[in-house]
Amino acid sequence: MPPPDLTQALARAFPLTRGPSPKVALLLIGGAAAAWSSVYTVPSDSVGVIQRFGAYERQVEPGLHFKIPLGVEVATIIPIKRQLKQEFGFTTEGATNAYQNSREPQAETQMVTGDLNAALVEWVVQYRINDPLKFLFQIRDAQSTLRDASESVMREAVGDRTVDEVITIGRQEIEVEALARMQSLAAKYELGISIDQVQLKNVNPPEPVQASFNEVNQAQQEKEKLINEARREYNKIIPLAEGEKDQRVREAEGYQLKRVNEAEGDVARFNAVLAEYLKAPEVTKRRIYLETLQEVLPNLRSKIILDEKGRQILPLLQLAPPPASTP
Amino acid sequence: MSDFKSAAGLVLLVIATLVLSSSAYTVSEIEQVIITQFGKPVGAPVTAAGLKFKLPFIQVVNPIDKRILEWDGSPTDMPTKDKLYISVDLFARWRIVDPLQYFLRLRDERSAQSRLDDILGSETRNAIAKHELIEIIRTSKDRVPTQDTTLRDANNVLGALVPINLGREQIEKQIFSAAASKVAVFGIELLDIRFMRINYNASVRPKIYDRMISERQQIAEQFRSEGNGEAARINGNRGRELQKIRSEAYRRVEEIRGEADAKATEIYAQAYNQSPDAVHFYEFTRTMSAYRAIITADTTLVLSTDSELFRYLKGINP
Repeated sequence: MPPPDLTQALARAFPLTRGPSPKVALLLIGGAAAAWSSVYTVPSDSVGVIQRFGAYERQVEPGLHFKIPLGVEVATIIPIKRQLKQEFGFTTEGATNAYQNSREPQAETQMVTGDLNAALVEWVVQYRINDPLKFLFQIRDAQSTLRDASESVMREAVGDRTVDEVITIGRQEIEVEALARMQSLAAKYELGISIDQVQLKNVNPPEPVQASFNEVNQAQQEKEKLINEARREYNKIIPLAEGEKDQRVREAEGYQLKRVNEAEGDVARFNAVLAEYLKAPEVTKRRIYLETLQEVLPNLRSKIILDEKGRQILPLLQLAPPPASTP
Repeated sequence: MSDFKSAAGLVLLVIATLVLSSSAYTVSEIEQVIITQFGKPVGAPVTAAGLKFKLPFIQVVNPIDKRILEWDGSPTDMPTKDKLYISVDLFARWRIVDPLQYFLRLRDERSAQSRLDDILGSETRNAIAKHELIEIIRTSKDRVPTQDTTLRDANNVLGALVPINLGREQIEKQIFSAAASKVAVFGIELLDIRFMRINYNASVRPKIYDRMISERQQIAEQFRSEGNGEAARINGNRGRELQKIRSEAYRRVEEIRGEADAKATEIYAQAYNQSPDAVHFYEFTRTMSAYRAIITADTTLVLSTDSELFRYLKGINP
């Protein structure tokens, strides 16, 4: 309101005597400025909220719009379709939203778990402005309130869980619970914000403790390794032993076949000879006896033949010289 | 003359503008306004937004926020009932519900925030000192934690939550109800308070870490011992299996050989025992073949001339 007034006032206070053209020029400039300040565009992802003299007037859709200039109507552009996010415990460079970045990353991450251990939790909240009027008029600094609420809710969820749940097995559950609680808080505080997602990022034990958590993992690996090595040794020996067992059994079976076959062979031969023997037992017997001795005796180096009736100790026959060397 | 006229007109215009701009004021959606005249509030607070008028110059506009406002405490170290020093950071939501009262007692937000600091700070201290740490950490009484089955532990200490009687929400309520009545006199309505951050104090932290480390080492040790134990079991199984297989093999082999020998014996016996002649013949032939085996080069044989072989040495007639 004041600047155009001033232009006119100036024009009157210091009338330029050279003619009307400077006055007209000033008026034109003032008019152009007013026209310029009455035009505004609302980007496609946003809506405009128009206040006239501070009072809410209307809400406008994306596009080119006009308003009463000279500060009578003020347009606030609210990006309702844009996905916004807030980061806790870490910071991504190049954020356009001032509320996205972590204010005190160190303090934000530190949490106490339900078994009174400590954990470092990083997370992200995805949200959108769904009610521009509430967002603007119901609460001061809705996005900063969202940050506070998010920290509070995350600690509530972590506080009800053990450190192992927080770090490994309960992550999903925490995300779901934190999302539900944040949604109800956003409604309660009339933030005009809808929470779309809560995502846990890095969740770690505190720095000094991390080594011992790794030790557990290593010990787990070591356990597997020991067991696998023992299994390897088992697998190396047992199937071999099974094979060897089969081998020995087969060999025994071979022995069995051999024994039986040989016995049967022996018997067949015996029976055959027996049949002949029975036809002439005495002669056959004598023949076999003599044949045997004939076979055996030549191999002997010393043979002594005694005559019972002679009673001399002298050898009757020395059929072979005494052995030169006896072992 | 025309110069004078236009100058007077200009002065009038300036005065009119000044009067107008001093009597007109706007009230935004987010605020309510108390009009004061020489410092004294006049009339009811203006709560409707829009363009308003007042007496110029002597009346002053005092805008007061109508929205939900934040109070963000600063982290403070305080002891719990179990003598643990923790750093507590609270936040609260509040709203000015009686602007006149608020204006008279506090005048501006800065002093309101400092009152909230005092009141909420002391109520928090009271509440924290009355409860053990776990009561402030946990919320739900009956939650059963999911256990990591790979980390199960003989004593079942790990993976268990410390039991509570009240829980965080109840303590927040205690602080809230104690503080709400105290801030009501300032025309302020406390909407809610919540613990934002609760952390171990820097001096407590090393002890907590030590405990966590020893817990983890215990688990690690258990894993190693489980590994060694399982390996020993497998090795034992291996030994047992080996003995079993080998002894089974031995038994089987002996059984088979026994059967074989038995069968052979049976066959021989049947054949050799078929008649007295067969028995005799067998004895004879077997003896003969035994001679072949027994009598070797080193044997000295003393034979009588009475023997079957040499009896003819003495003559043909026996």
